[in-house]
Amino acid sequence: MQKTPLFSVSDLSKSYGAQLGCCDVSFDLHPGEIMGIVGESGSGKSTLLNCLAGHLAPDRGDVCFDVDGTGLVSTLAMSEPEQRLLARTQWAYVHQNPRDGLRMSVSAGGNIGERLMNVGARHYGNIRQDASSWMERVELSTGRIDDRPATFSGGMQQRLQIARNLVTGPRLVFMDEPTGGLDVSVQARLLDLLRSLVQDLCLSVIIVTHDLAVVRMLAHRMMVMQRGHVVETGLADQVLDDPQHPYTQLLVSSVLQV
Amino acid sequence: MTEQITTPSANDTNDAPKHNLEAHNFDATDSYNFAYLDEQTKRMIRRVLLKALAIPGYQVPFASREMPMPYGWGTGGVQVTAACLTPDDCVKVIDQGADDTTNALSIRSFFASTAGVRTTEATDKASLIQTRHRIPEIELTEGQLLVYQVPIPEPLRFLEPRETETRKMHALSEYGLMHVKLYEDISQHGHIATAYAYPVNVEGHYVMDPSPIPKFDNPKMNNCAAIQLFGAGREQRIYAIPPYCHVKSLDFEDYPFDRLRAPGACALCGADDSYLDEVIMDDEGTRMYVCSDTDFCSTRREQGHVGDQSGLFDSEEG
Repeated sequence: MQKTPLFSVSDLSKSYGAQLGCCDVSFDLHPGEIMGIVGESGSGKSTLLNCLAGHLAPDRGDVCFDVDGTGLVSTLAMSEPEQRLLARTQWAYVHQNPRDGLRMSVSAGGNIGERLMNVGARHYGNIRQDASSWMERVELSTGRIDDRPATFSGGMQQRLQIARNLVTGPRLVFMDEPTGGLDVSVQARLLDLLRSLVQDLCLSVIIVTHDLAVVRMLAHRMMVMQRGHVVETGLADQVLDDPQHPYTQLLVSSVLQV
Repeated sequence: MTEQITTPSANDTNDAPKHNLEAHNFDATDSYNFAYLDEQTKRMIRRVLLKALAIPGYQVPFASREMPMPYGWGTGGVQVTAACLTPDDCVKVIDQGADDTTNALSIRSFFASTAGVRTTEATDKASLIQTRHRIPEIELTEGQLLVYQVPIPEPLRFLEPRETETRKMHALSEYGLMHVKLYEDISQHGHIATAYAYPVNVEGHYVMDPSPIPKFDNPKMNNCAAIQLFGAGREQRIYAIPPYCHVKSLDFEDYPFDRLRAPGACALCGADDSYLDEVIMDDEGTRMYVCSDTDFCSTRREQGHVGDQSGLFDSEEG
């Protein structure tokens, strides 16, 4: 593993007036590492993720990214065009609801091809070939390349959203509850797929979820949040098997054993 | 501030419906201001036009006025025309290439009566041409103004509904989405099926909706000697292409831009290089193709060119 971090967050805080979003969050993420952020609803997970991905401006703190392997650069200090270029080349964002991340009126192939065209691809044949090979990789039938995502099932839509995000070869992926709203068998298949993709492409991932099973399956490290504060961090298995903080203990013991 | 109304000069060379201008009382105290709009409004529009010409393809907002016609009938074009007119101008109005449709006739008579300017049907004699959905067939020259009526100025409208976002995309030249539309065309139809309002890139920066002209006309916008002005009244936007600008139709490397034209020649004048209208003749599906540009077609017929069915309307015309 590379010595220098790919992504670094320091003392990040965001509040909505008197309402606290997240407070004094700091962590480093190395290339190929997967960080899980767990916590109950309203604990500030999504606020944190939105601040990291540049969708929200934090009140304090800094978010740095190693753009071209030469060292960390503050993304907050970047100009808007640079931020937007970063967001569509080196970063990717998988929404909880695939309808937020897909263009529902555009075919599956067009959805995957959009990021390619956004970075300047102008050869129809190549774009289509890339789209169809990515559909295969996420286990979608290539025969449905011209179908609209509205005709896809929830699990297929989520896989399409992942293909659309990964087609330009990003190095850092933000995921907001990628398995939310899917039934368990589809969830398991999606998690398998994500795990193999992340390994093959050596992606760094920040994944927000309230599902501890997702963290157990995917994450190397995890962060537990409560009321905007990080209450416990550590290796995922360590935190899950030996929780120290009372809230983490509550969270771990709340999981139903079948 | 008020400009004096001039009566039209005597050398009205055309056969367009002439208005008995003497019947109008052009006394400035109880009649319209020259070209209908008040001077402050014209000044506002001229300032917007200058800005639009300075930034080719950029949509400049303007305070569109209520005009005595419904939105969608060319209120934007009429305001641009009104702001550009001088008493010496000679106006031509075309609608789908024709000088004699309701829209063209009413706008032409509007300016004949409110500005008292000369009107014409001859493209080469006009100093200002207001158009809906076509560019004249013959090449425009320096000094001419071409004013387009635009229904929807935003080329990204149906791809990205948020105006805040489309403005940002224009500012940063992020036009990948425009190609998504063309991609969808090819994937569904096997070729770029967009046949009108075909997006163009102006001078390497702004992508622009050329108004619903057929894509056959797109190449005429490139390196055009005339000034091209676009007015969208309902959407309150004006944009422009100064003379001799580089205007490129968007396409893919393996699906290059293609001018679409009905096969065959004009049945009346025999032209095989003009844009053709398809006219259905009977219930059996017989159809004929005629030039969409009526002035181009009649000029050619006067010069002695004939088509397959040249005699068809002789009895009616005679």
